[in-house]
Amino acid sequence: MSIHATTPYDADARGWFGGPEGFGGRFMPEALVAALDELTVAWQDAMADPTFVGEFDAILRDYAGIPSPLYFAERLSDKVGARILLKREDLNHTGAHKIRNVLGQALLTKRMGKTRVIAETGAGQHGVASATAAAYFGLDCTVYMGSVDTKRQALNVARMHLLGAKVVAVDSGSATLKDAINEALRDWVSSVDHTAYLFGTAAGPHPFPTMVREFCRGIGDEARRQSIEQYGGLPDAVVACVGGGSNAIGLFTAFLEDEDVAIYGFEAGGEGFDTGRHAATIHAGERGVLHGARTFVLQDDDGQTVESHSISAGLDYPGVGPQHAHLADAGRATYLPVTDVEAMDAMALLARTEGIIPAIESAHAIAGALRLAEERQGQTILINLSGRGDKDMGTALEYFRLGQADAETGDVK
Amino acid sequence: MTTATAFEKARADGRAALVGYLPAGFPDVAGGIDGLRAMVDAGCDVIEIGLPYSDPVMDGPTIQAAAQQALEGGVRIADVLRTVEAVAATGTPTLVMTYWNPIERYGVSRFATDLANAGGAGLITPDLTPDADPAWAASADEHDLDKVFLVAPSSTDERIAMTTAACRGFVYATAVMGVTGARTTTSDLAGPLVARTKAATELPVGVGLGVSTGDQAAEVASYADGVIVGSAFVRVLLDHADDRAAGLRALARLTEDLAAGVRRA
Repeated sequence: MSIHATTPYDADARGWFGGPEGFGGRFMPEALVAALDELTVAWQDAMADPTFVGEFDAILRDYAGIPSPLYFAERLSDKVGARILLKREDLNHTGAHKIRNVLGQALLTKRMGKTRVIAETGAGQHGVASATAAAYFGLDCTVYMGSVDTKRQALNVARMHLLGAKVVAVDSGSATLKDAINEALRDWVSSVDHTAYLFGTAAGPHPFPTMVREFCRGIGDEARRQSIEQYGGLPDAVVACVGGGSNAIGLFTAFLEDEDVAIYGFEAGGEGFDTGRHAATIHAGERGVLHGARTFVLQDDDGQTVESHSISAGLDYPGVGPQHAHLADAGRATYLPVTDVEAMDAMALLARTEGIIPAIESAHAIAGALRLAEERQGQTILINLSGRGDKDMGTALEYFRLGQADAETGDVK
Repeated sequence: MTTATAFEKARADGRAALVGYLPAGFPDVAGGIDGLRAMVDAGCDVIEIGLPYSDPVMDGPTIQAAAQQALEGGVRIADVLRTVEAVAATGTPTLVMTYWNPIERYGVSRFATDLANAGGAGLITPDLTPDADPAWAASADEHDLDKVFLVAPSSTDERIAMTTAACRGFVYATAVMGVTGARTTTSDLAGPLVARTKAATELPVGVGLGVSTGDQAAEVASYADGVIVGSAFVRVLLDHADDRAAGLRALARLTEDLAAGVRRA
C-alpha cells in the first residue's frame, strides 16, 4: 500500500498536502511529538508488513462484514432520472464506515504493545466503534464526549458502557465534539507511554489524516472495483458527506486520478448559511489551525473557534480534514452545503423508496446527489451510504412527529 | 530590560528567575493589568501574558476557567496587546504565551510588529514547535523578539538540540507529561530534562507546570535557571472573585513566597 506523496493529492513525509504553504502539518505540543513520530514509524512498518495487512483484511471480512455491497437503487434512480449506486457502509458491524478506522488503529495499538485506547466522540458513533474495537482486542478504553452530547445520545453512552468502555462527559468550552477532542488530547499528553489515541476522523496532526484515510480507503477501492465489475464502468460522479471527512476521503481516494469522475463532498449547511448556524467549514470557513492541522476552520476575526451547528451530530465540527481542504483548493473536488431540512427530506425519501433508513450524516450525501441528478440526468452517481439511521430515530421522531396522527415525511410512493 | 538580561541578573545574584503568568482579560482587562503589576511589584522577574483561546489543549481546568471567563468577557487581541503595553512599561520583560491559531489569523508579521510596538519581549508557543512552521521565526527575528519553544520529558536529544537552537530568551522545559495545573509534589522528570537541555544550549532553562509554593520553587530553582508559575496565580484570583483588593494582596503574598523560594535554593 502506498503511503506518501505518490500522487499530487497526497501528503509529503511531514504531513503537508500541497506543500508547507498548503494544509495539514503538525501543530502540536512538543510533549506529543515523540508519540506522533513513534506512531508514524509503527504505522508505516505495519503497512509494509503483509502479516499486518492480511490480519486487517481478515478482521474486516470476518468480524465487520466488509466489503460492503455496492447496490443499485432502482426505485430511487427511476424517481430522480439518474442511475444511483449506494455503497452500503451502513451494513458494516456497528452500522457505519467507522469500524474500518478503529479496527485498523486498534490492531496497530496491539502491535505497538500499548494497553489502553482513548477516543473522542460527537454523536457517539466513533465512541461505540472504539469501544467495540477495544473489546475485540482486549484493550482498556476511555471515550471523551461533550456533556451536551452525552445527554442527546444517551443510548450510545449505554452501548459504550455495555461494551466495557469508560465514558467521560466533558463540560469545558462548548461541551461538544471539539471540546471532547481537547480533553482527549489532554489525557494523551499524560498517558502517552501506554495509551493510543484512536482519532475518529481524517483530521488532526500528521500522521492521522493519512493514516485514517488509508484505513478507510477500502470504501473507494471496493466501490471502484464493484462499479466496474457489476455495473460496467466507472461512475460519472462520486458523492459523500463531509464532517471531519473520513468516509469521504475513504471513498474519494480511489477516484482522485480518474479525471472523468467528478467528486462531490456535501457539508452540513445546518439551518442555512445566512443564519450562521451551520458546519459548512470548507464553504464558509477560513484558513487556520485547529486540533493540530492547518485546514479550513469556522473562526472569528481573532482566530477563536466558532461553534458549528448541524442536525447531524457526526457533521457538527468546526474543522475539516486537511486533505479535503487541499482537494477543494486544488479544484479536484467540489464541496457544497446541504441544509438540515434537505437532509431530513432525503432521509425520508430513501426510507420510502428503498427501505433503507440512512444516518442523517449520510442523508446529506443523498440530498446532494438528488441535486446533482437534476443536471446529470441519465448519468451514474455513486453515493457513500456511510451509516445507518438507527441511532437517529430520536431526532427523526421529533423532527417528523413520528407516531403521531399528523406525522409528515413527504408524499413518496 | 530583555528577557536574557533578566535571567543574567538573577544568575548574577546566585538565584533562579521567577516567571509569573496570568491570562489577559482575567478577571477583566483592567483587573488583569492590576494583577500582573502586583506580581511585578512583589518580585516576578519575567511576565508571561496568556492570550485566551477557545481550544487550549495544554491547559488544565484552572487556566481553562480563566481563559473562558476572559473570552466570555469579550477580550480581544487588542486587549492582550494593551495588557502587554501596560506591564512592559514597568521595565519587566513581558512575553505573550499563545496557541498558534490566533496569531496565524491575526497575521504573523502583523502580530510581531504590534507586539514589538507594545514593548513585548516575545512569544511562548505551546502548540508550535520550531519545525511546524518557519513563519514565526522569520517575523520574530525581524523584530528581535524572543522565541520560546517548549521541551518535554518525552523529547529526544535530537529534538532538544533542534528546539534549543531555535529558541531566543530562554527555553521552556515542561516538568511533567501533562497539562498546566498546580501539583502537590514536584516532578522527578524535570531534573533530568533540564540536565539534557543544558547539555544542548547555553540559554537559560525555565521549568514550568505544577509549581505553586515557595518550597517547590526552591526545589526547582536548585537545578533550573527559572521557575515558571501560572495556575497558582490564577487560582488565587479565582478564589478571591468577590474581593479584588484581597485578591491583589493574596497575589502579592504568593509572589513574595515564590520569590523567597527561588532565593533559597
